[in-house]
Amino acid sequence: MLKIRNLHARVDDKEILKGIDLDVGLGEVHAVMGPNGSGKSTLAQVLAGREDYEVTAGEVEFGGEDLLEMPPEDRAREGIFMAFQYPVEIPGVSNTYFLKAALNAIRKHQGLEEMDAIDFLKLVRAKMKLVNMDEALLNRPVNDGFSGGEKKRNEIFHMAVLEPRLAVLDETDSGLDIDALKIVSEGVNTMRSADRSFVVITHYQRILNYIEPDFVHVLVDGRIARSGGKDLALELEDKGYAWLDPKTAGTAAAAVMA
Amino acid sequence: MPAVKERSPFVEAYESFDKSLGSQGEAVKRLRREGLEVFEEIGLPSKRQEEWRKTNVAALGSTSFRRASGGTSGLTPEKIRPFLLPDCIDLVFVNGRFSAELSRPGALPEGVFAGSLADAMARHADLVEPLLGHYADGKHPFVALNTAHIEDGAFIHVPRGVAVEKTIHLLFLGTTEGGEAVVSYPRNLFVAGQSSQLTVVESYCGFGDERYFHCPVTEIVGEANSVLDHYRLGQESLGAYHVATQKIHLERDTNFFTHSINHGGALVRNDIQAMLDGEGIHCTLNGLYLARGAQHVDHQMRVDHAKPNCHSYELFKGILEDRARAVFNGRIYVHQDAQKTDAKQSNRNLLLSKDALVHSNPQLEIFADDVRCTHGSTTGHLDDEAVFYLRSRGIGEEAARSLLTYSFAGEVLDEIRLEAVRKDLEEFLFTRLPKGNIVRQAV
Repeated sequence: MLKIRNLHARVDDKEILKGIDLDVGLGEVHAVMGPNGSGKSTLAQVLAGREDYEVTAGEVEFGGEDLLEMPPEDRAREGIFMAFQYPVEIPGVSNTYFLKAALNAIRKHQGLEEMDAIDFLKLVRAKMKLVNMDEALLNRPVNDGFSGGEKKRNEIFHMAVLEPRLAVLDETDSGLDIDALKIVSEGVNTMRSADRSFVVITHYQRILNYIEPDFVHVLVDGRIARSGGKDLALELEDKGYAWLDPKTAGTAAAAVMA
Repeated sequence: MPAVKERSPFVEAYESFDKSLGSQGEAVKRLRREGLEVFEEIGLPSKRQEEWRKTNVAALGSTSFRRASGGTSGLTPEKIRPFLLPDCIDLVFVNGRFSAELSRPGALPEGVFAGSLADAMARHADLVEPLLGHYADGKHPFVALNTAHIEDGAFIHVPRGVAVEKTIHLLFLGTTEGGEAVVSYPRNLFVAGQSSQLTVVESYCGFGDERYFHCPVTEIVGEANSVLDHYRLGQESLGAYHVATQKIHLERDTNFFTHSINHGGALVRNDIQAMLDGEGIHCTLNGLYLARGAQHVDHQMRVDHAKPNCHSYELFKGILEDRARAVFNGRIYVHQDAQKTDAKQSNRNLLLSKDALVHSNPQLEIFADDVRCTHGSTTGHLDDEAVFYLRSRGIGEEAARSLLTYSFAGEVLDEIRLEAVRKDLEEFLFTRLPKGNIVRQAV
């Protein structure tokens, strides 16, 4: 589904991704962990098409197509969804109507008929339950005045309505209390299916108690330093990231990477 | 009369005008003469004057504007229909003069007058004369010019305790006469009596890029405890000059709201001055201006807090494209007696192109020591992060930018209480913004 090969990216003059290789198969859940500044969020932004990041080398293939060639909206229309670490407030634009416009843009691109107001409302009500969303948040402007937890839930709600083929969650768990974390995780778990993949980017192991990953990757200094199963996350929780960082762990890390 | 070195074409035109008016009262004639004298003395402002530094009106002096001769210039009810508002009493003025045939009058509560100033000066001189010219700053060059030419405009008088439920819509159409550029000087006076209520919309409209000069002055008096909801819609032709002054005089416990919306005109200058001359006043002055091409739009605000315990709120937003220019000068003046003043002023501008330019200058002058006053000004481009957020949900770039532009305007839109005006403005934005159909769906 998603193939990343030797991906290099920089912002301004700073190289942040220094050769990422990652394969995400259909229906798989991959967790990407790593310390601050390791490039986790950059990876998410590059996948979603943020133009501030310049890809200097490498390839990304999504469903057999060259992802890097597509503008962000086409990536979304092809089925990529990124849940933002910091969802943006858009005053004056209704959460529901905006989502309807987004869904219809995606459906149109996929050759489907646009959804009318009645069917859309049915869909929205069903998905709302998924993330335990307060109906009031539907009628408010997008993220406007939402609490941190509400914003993250709203991201999962958007994901649930747009039904992407690949969802990239950029630190959706950061800053959430345990109730909100459970709601977000349940939302994701309900969405898991044989034809939908997830990349869960996180700083903390905690969310992986609720969303069980098939694979865990550790990103250090712009490269995947280690990949493994879900046990790797537990190991990281115990040992921290330092032992994987060549700058801090010296030869030990070099041995691991070899 | 002082000798003048160079006679302004505006003054030349005056002489024939003055002779043409035989029958009006002495008080109005005196007012006109005073206006002329002031204008002859000070003339058109130059860029050396502080408040005219960023707006060059020299073109006005060098263009020959004929005084509008009257008549409806071939306008038909059909042609003006797009400018009418639903469920309103529409009073229509063509080049400053009331047109009974184009107007759509409606029933008003007893004792309320809403109609032509010329008519009111003839029939209700007792109501008009004590107040006309009493509030507007007679030393302002364009107020003086307008005063010199007082002939017609709108007069509204709401007696004490009366609530006018229907909105009164004053539609001022500017148009050429036989292809020639004309100048007109609508003169308006609205008086809301004690504990009365009034909603009034002033629209200034034109067609295509016709060239004309609209120079209105509006004096608004809110007597104690009155509630006034006022709108000003600037939809002049793209070739029009519009230089307007509004003077708002408020007595104690009034609730006053005004919204100035502008997207028309080649050069638009709007001086809005509010005098809060009593305690317990709530005064809201909001605005939204959109300019593109080479349009120039200038708002000069002045709010005077003369008495304690008053609130004033100002929110002006601008959206500029191409080489458009905007000027915003906001001054809040808190007099020594005006303790417990709560004054807030904000001017925010969105630039959609590299070449658009804004001069924004909010100012506070405070002579009382127990007040809460804030002012702020921002000018910026669309937030890239927000554009990306919308695109990442499948919305195309153009639509994303339009949605955010609409969102920027939304703060002003939301405060518009009169649905007819709000809907009209929403519709305008959907039409104006690229991919507006997506914006329409998404808000």
